[in-house]
Amino acid sequence: MSTDQRFGLARQITLAGPLALDGGGVLASVDIAYETYGTLNADASNAILICHALTGDQHVASTHPVTGKPGWWERMIGAGKPVDPARDFIICANVLGSCMGSSGPSSVNPDTGAPWAMAFPVITIRDMVRAQAMLLDHLGVRVLKAAVGGSMGGMQVLSWAATYPERVRSAVVIASTARHSAQNIAFHEVGRQAIMADPNWSGGDYYGGDTPAAGLAVARMAAHITYLSEAGLTAKFGRKLQARADGTAGAKTFGFDADFQIESYLRHQGLSFVDRFDANAYLYITRAMDYFDLAEEHGGRLADAFRGTDTRFCVVSFDTDWLYPTSESRAIVHALNAAGARVSFVELSSPFGHDAFLLDAPEMNRVVDGFLGAGE
Amino acid sequence: MTLRPDLAIIADHVAPGSRVLDIGCGDGALMAALTAKGCDARGLELDAAKVATAVARGLSVVQGDADTDLADYPDASFDVALLSQTLQTTRAPDKVLDHLLRIGQRAFVSFPNFAHWRVRASLMWGGRMPVTKLLPERWYDTPNIHHVTIDDFRALMAERGVTVEQSWFLNHGRPTSAAAANFRAEHAVFALRKKI
Repeated sequence: MSTDQRFGLARQITLAGPLALDGGGVLASVDIAYETYGTLNADASNAILICHALTGDQHVASTHPVTGKPGWWERMIGAGKPVDPARDFIICANVLGSCMGSSGPSSVNPDTGAPWAMAFPVITIRDMVRAQAMLLDHLGVRVLKAAVGGSMGGMQVLSWAATYPERVRSAVVIASTARHSAQNIAFHEVGRQAIMADPNWSGGDYYGGDTPAAGLAVARMAAHITYLSEAGLTAKFGRKLQARADGTAGAKTFGFDADFQIESYLRHQGLSFVDRFDANAYLYITRAMDYFDLAEEHGGRLADAFRGTDTRFCVVSFDTDWLYPTSESRAIVHALNAAGARVSFVELSSPFGHDAFLLDAPEMNRVVDGFLGAGE
Repeated sequence: MTLRPDLAIIADHVAPGSRVLDIGCGDGALMAALTAKGCDARGLELDAAKVATAVARGLSVVQGDADTDLADYPDASFDVALLSQTLQTTRAPDKVLDHLLRIGQRAFVSFPNFAHWRVRASLMWGGRMPVTKLLPERWYDTPNIHHVTIDDFRALMAERGVTVEQSWFLNHGRPTSAAAANFRAEHAVFALRKKI
């Protein structure tokens, strides 16, 4: 397998389309940047697709090329972990609309030779899933042993199970939702307006010039608050003041520097984000999430999205996640029960809010490990 | 692993291959036994740690509350609905039983008998709420908020027009006769069906 150029780290492929999109547009071809770990077995029955979140990427278990940080979900994927390359063939692809090598607003429009910018068609979660299905066809994977994802990754997993039920044996949906709420849309709109209010945004045509980094940083700061719990913020920062760069103790300056540690932390989160993410991609992906409403695609009844499914489901929520609270996971579970699907659900306790699924969560690993193992 | 005696009775009397909903399934011991018999077992359990244990052993268990979440299950969606040692902990046992018989074609219910002579003796001679091996918690920390006796249960079934297909009575984990069960049995298991 090692000589097969389709498999390995830092892969990129241009897949022949056309890919018809929910918005009515068509992509003649689709670029997908992806990584695979482990070895596809002879009957191609050990493939697990990992779906990433809004600002995630294909580097699920390998060093990020820009930040140099470890893979974003090495707590879940690796030797001795619930998803183990010694047993599983693991695929993680950069989603359609993103900026890490898959087709998106920052990639080159083959018709013009220039970046798409805002000419890129608005896409949906289901469009991302369709593009992933094209990648699986290319890799020779007909049926997934499992699709696994948290947050927007969980939305893709739900969309996978609803769109290609015969191609997913097990689905793991963590800290996610079957539809974006008014509050979810509201926070995203704040982020988009911050980007579009940055003069450097220039209607999206900023490639080759100064980027709307200030706007994107504010978008990230606002979003980052939603990933943490109030109790977590209080425990970590409280009202503590930020020490100065010269080593002097923090103090109120009666000005607008980052006096509080939480301000300094958010500014750092914003600034470090703009080095690795494209502002237009942020607009497109948040739009796709806001449009996500799996029930709406099935006549308003979420259960109808899963009618007759043979897929096994594992749904996990965290008690301090107020972005996609447990009630959203319960709505998914109710629909799966109504559809007669095999479903497991547990709300786990964590102080870390929505971000809990990316952090050390031994109970989550125990549940996912047992669930995936039972599907063997 | 040996099953608790009431669970063993239920496991013995559920037909192989049945679709089963185990309400208050705990860590899934009964579900595992039923799965081994070729049943398609699903569970509902309130305690997150027990749910995690059950899911980690490969069972389909949903964290939820019998008092609030049974309404989400469609009519007659299971061959058998089980409620073991849970009835007396619910806020509205009669409504939970209604759901049980709505969701399952048949139902099994097991509960500790509050009219067992040891319990009676404790109340009568000690004047204190009984703390026994079977009811080990004290009055303020017991999860058992609706104490029920075998005769209470029979009366409710008669009132609701529910058919009792079979019943089993246990004392020290061993079968005891139906005669004077309300006095002599620590535990009861009922197999029920809605009258058509």
